[in-house]
Amino acid sequence: MLKDQDRIFQNLYNDKGSDVSSSQERGDWVNTKEITDKGRDWIINEIKESQLRGRGGAGFPTGLKWSFAPKEVGSRPHYLVINGDESEPGTCKDRDILRFEPHKLIEGCLIASYAVQAHVCYIYIRGEYFVDGQKLQAAIDEAYEKKLLGKNAAGTGWDLDIYIHYGAGAYICGEETALLESLEGKKGQPRLKPPFPALIGLYGCPTIINNVETIAVVPTILRRGAKWFASLGREKNTGTKIFCISGNVNSPCNVEEEMSIPLKELIEVHAGGVIGGWENLQAVIPGGSSMPLIPKERCETLKMDFDACVEEKSGLGTAGIVVINKDQDIIKCMARIARFYKHESCGQCTPCREGSGWMWRMLERMAKGDATKDEVDMLGDVTNQIAGHTICAFGEGSSWPVQGLLRHFKKEIEKRNNLDPIVQKKNNIPYLVDQHLLDKKNA
Amino acid sequence: MSLRRPAKDQPESFEFNASSLEAANVIVAKYPKGKQQSAVMSLLYIAQKQNNNWIPLSAMKYIAKFLDMPYIKVYEVATFYSMYNLAPVGKYFVQVCTTTPCMIRGANQLVEACKEKISKNECELSNDKSCSWMEVECLGACVNAPMMQINDDYYEDLDKQKTLDILDKILNRETIKPGSYRGRVNNEPENNRKTLMDLKNA
Repeated sequence: MLKDQDRIFQNLYNDKGSDVSSSQERGDWVNTKEITDKGRDWIINEIKESQLRGRGGAGFPTGLKWSFAPKEVGSRPHYLVINGDESEPGTCKDRDILRFEPHKLIEGCLIASYAVQAHVCYIYIRGEYFVDGQKLQAAIDEAYEKKLLGKNAAGTGWDLDIYIHYGAGAYICGEETALLESLEGKKGQPRLKPPFPALIGLYGCPTIINNVETIAVVPTILRRGAKWFASLGREKNTGTKIFCISGNVNSPCNVEEEMSIPLKELIEVHAGGVIGGWENLQAVIPGGSSMPLIPKERCETLKMDFDACVEEKSGLGTAGIVVINKDQDIIKCMARIARFYKHESCGQCTPCREGSGWMWRMLERMAKGDATKDEVDMLGDVTNQIAGHTICAFGEGSSWPVQGLLRHFKKEIEKRNNLDPIVQKKNNIPYLVDQHLLDKKNA
Repeated sequence: MSLRRPAKDQPESFEFNASSLEAANVIVAKYPKGKQQSAVMSLLYIAQKQNNNWIPLSAMKYIAKFLDMPYIKVYEVATFYSMYNLAPVGKYFVQVCTTTPCMIRGANQLVEACKEKISKNECELSNDKSCSWMEVECLGACVNAPMMQINDDYYEDLDKQKTLDILDKILNRETIKPGSYRGRVNNEPENNRKTLMDLKNA
């Protein structure tokens, strides 16, 4: 287990309060000027050496992303945008940072803005987190009062303004280009890449977009050194991470732990074990709903980091762990996730708009046992028609959980759905095209 | 995608009142000159707050003029995002999360409670016209499942009885306390905390 002094988010459970003075006791804002005085290149290099990977789901190296920003500010200003549109089912880590550790985020914004030469930073928060956003706004106001933001922020000589922008309940706005569209006051429909936002982003200007957690850990990394951060976890999967453990566990919780911690330890030690005991475990979704589930036998040894999860054909994603025990109907669980994606598809690309609903309807029938044998394979085909054929990664996000279900629980589906594909009179299956042949009136 | 339609009965006109106007001007100032369209989402919010929790078409037209942008662009935004109510909802607007992490911890019981206390169907006003409910997708409080949102506040760690009690209270106009209803502090593991113990006991 990670030592308490190595935890970055000391106030994760709000034991101490989130105002400036108590944050300063925890080390925030202490020597911000010393950090920025070391220069942009040092900051970016240090972040590169710490091997920090983005905490928003894709795990892109943060230092590398920052280095994509143009070295000189041209005619267009640079922007920093913080992605706090946390909507992935199973994930609720950013909310705790917004309400309990706002100064870690604000200081991170200042350092990151300095590194990528932005004078304006927008924090995009999902509309449902209105109350938590108000808490962040209070922290921002306090920072302005104490001269930590605004002109010559925190004595660094850098001017920075931070504004909060509220979303309005669209999951897709967590995708970076959709977020920019939304920030510009349009429908949140993703843009084609390239051009990448680092060159052409918000209002057509160079824009760096990072997750809340990524930015909030930056000041601590720079204070304690890249070596310290890189010493936690393992190569290319370094540092600490907030894990959200929800679902069928005895004490669901958020906890900050070292990367590469065994999944079993997380569940048994921090979340009080699976309801009904470890033997009652059915499957685990390791990184928010869009990551394929992992069945129990693989969970025994799984280490929670980016690369180890990929080896299991899943992903760490946002580290929102959803534990599903044997009391649950796994097909129903996945059908509900499919319904989520059907609801949240932005409608821009046909494979996703139509396919997400198709997958949902099929899974609903499969949960009831109303599908035919060959439809199980057809469902797999549908997922393959979506993944990789859309503008953004939503196509993958919606089809991966279904593919995960098919990979590990195909037998379960086939056992329940053994109807003969040929039209039979006793099975009234209204979705078959030649159903009208059975209808006497039409015959 | 979700199907969203504006209400049939629409008020004739809409205008920001003094406090809304002030808030709107503060928001427009956040964005660079000429990029005032960025403020459309927040302005729709303000209109929704002012107009009993829903946005009439006249408000969209008003906002379009206010921001000097085409009406259809405002309409697009208002119909795209699910938090804008295009038809009247109750003064107390209950949103129950039923996505998988909440579902496997019994969110359907919360739905049953809403059906018993408020109305049989989603998006229908209660008998006294003060309250309505709907199922929504993940609200991002998964470790506090099952949970629901009433207006701006989250009510967490619920079960059927607790939901019935909360709904009784709002129907009787009593104040209710947001947060966990199992007495736990924020997102810490209940009775099982193993980290940051010095801070807890300090």
